[in-house]
Amino acid sequence: MKQIEAKNVNAYYGDNHVLKNINMDIMPNSVTAFIGPSGCGKSTFLRMFNRMNDYIEGFRKEGEILIDGIEIYHKNVKVEELRQKVGMVFQTPNPFPKSVYENVVYGLKVQGVKNKKILSEVVERSLTQAALWEEVKDSLNKSALSLSGGQQQRLCIARALAVEPGIILMDEPAASLDPISTAKIEELITGLKKNYTIIIVTHNMQQATRVSDKTAFFYVGELIEYEQTAKLFSKPVNAKTENYISGRFG
Amino acid sequence: MGKLKEKIIESLLAVSGLLTILTTIGIIWVLFSESISFFSHVPLSDFLFDTQWTPLFVNKQYGILPLVCGTFLISIIAILVAMPIGLTIAVYLSEYAPQKFRRVIKPLLEVLAAVPTVVYGFFALTVLTPFLQKFIPDLGSFNALSAGIVMGIMIIPLVSSLSEDALYAIPKSLREASYGMGATRFQTAFKVAVPAASSGIVVSVILAIARAIGETMIVTIAAGQRPVITIDPRDAVETITAYIVQVSLGDVQHGSLEYQTIFAVGITLFIFTFILNNISFWAKKKYHQKYE
Ligand SMILES: Nc1ncnc2c1ncn2[C@@H]1O[C@H](COP(=O)(O)OP(=O)(O)O)[C@@H](O)[C@H]1O
Ligand SMILES: [Mg+2]
Repeated sequence: MKQIEAKNVNAYYGDNHVLKNINMDIMPNSVTAFIGPSGCGKSTFLRMFNRMNDYIEGFRKEGEILIDGIEIYHKNVKVEELRQKVGMVFQTPNPFPKSVYENVVYGLKVQGVKNKKILSEVVERSLTQAALWEEVKDSLNKSALSLSGGQQQRLCIARALAVEPGIILMDEPAASLDPISTAKIEELITGLKKNYTIIIVTHNMQQATRVSDKTAFFYVGELIEYEQTAKLFSKPVNAKTENYISGRFG
Repeated sequence: MGKLKEKIIESLLAVSGLLTILTTIGIIWVLFSESISFFSHVPLSDFLFDTQWTPLFVNKQYGILPLVCGTFLISIIAILVAMPIGLTIAVYLSEYAPQKFRRVIKPLLEVLAAVPTVVYGFFALTVLTPFLQKFIPDLGSFNALSAGIVMGIMIIPLVSSLSEDALYAIPKSLREASYGMGATRFQTAFKVAVPAASSGIVVSVILAIARAIGETMIVTIAAGQRPVITIDPRDAVETITAYIVQVSLGDVQHGSLEYQTIFAVGITLFIFTFILNNISFWAKKKYHQKYE
């Protein structure tokens, strides 16, 4: 049973046609990597799954995206509810200038959850899942901005996990982190697969091979190849894919 | 040749900088020296705690409280008008309005601040007061209420423009984080953007208060010149600035004690705005630290 289905998706910023007729199915409890040179449309495509492009002036899309069988751009779909089911982690860590605790409970508070006991349980569970609990359990009231970059990014993951989204979108989540923090995030992604469907944009091909089940290669707005990760990297079918993964451009 | 030119420019700049500093020192010096001679005649305790301000009458009393009270009453009314409206405009412009609209509206709003204050004063006296009198029968023709409201309108752009700058400076990534968690625009504005911009917003409000306290024409024209301790906005009151105008325009003899009162109240005003400016300076510093 596929969880996400993109059908004939096109996207435009004004006259700039940035996604060209993309079709893609994504299975539940899998990790999918999006790779491709800068500006090929990976982020744009990723951000369509939680409709994050809605507020960009001049953005326009065609085609359908179904999540659990429901067309997410249908007028009956509430975008806030969609985003509770499809969480997102961004390229640079963006914790709120609030305490660690307040960051994690933000999504629940937005939904109107006020029960202190539930909130504290969720804080511990999410931070544990994000492998951050041991490091911050004594400083939950400290400002999130006092954490290191790697910790901030794991906090952002914990914040996303707190509302139990089902799907998590990650846009180059380790791009601004050191190798040790990067390794931690990768480990985390592999662990989260049991309960979540994950899509990750990455510039780092080793990272794609380490964490993902399937990989999609994009090139100037087109989906060139979408395959099992092992197969895509060992026996690419398309010449463009081969050039890219062997480092000849990009 | 080039070196000489640079030297000349450098010294010109230094001289003009020095002139500014000297002028400021000169002003403070005059304020202090005249005040000192005032306070050698009037005990400081009378000045601070007496409840009557009648230096121009036969029975002279020098209690500044009525003037302070009038100043604060009008400033509070002004802030009660300017803060909610100014903040609403700021939040609307930075969180909701399309870019194009924002670029047109912001400069237009700032025009409000460029209207000469005399115009505001006469607007309060001849338009707003008669209008308000229809609803508040015992409102005097000179009153704190309409002067305060009109002053509030005047300082709206100060609040809205500076607050909007503070909100606009909040990184887009914070808003995206909030939207990404399923927050609405309203929740994002008030749970993320406004708190993150709070020190900038505080600065805008403090500067607006400082502006209100120092504002002169509106209160001189529309608030009446009656130094009394009251919290009733229907009453006529006198502010520190209005008193200074009253004495400066009157035929008080230079060097007399009556004349020196304006330096004593002037220094009081100076202390108020000095404190407010320092608070806003401190808040601004705190706010810059957060995003560097
Ligand atoms: N907010 C935007 N407004 C206009 N054009 C954009 C915007 N974001 C991205 N683009 C354009 O869309 C194309 C795809 O960008 P993006 O999806 O960010 O690529 P990638 O993530 O693969 O680097 C690029 O040409 C980029 O310039
Ligand atoms: Mg990108």
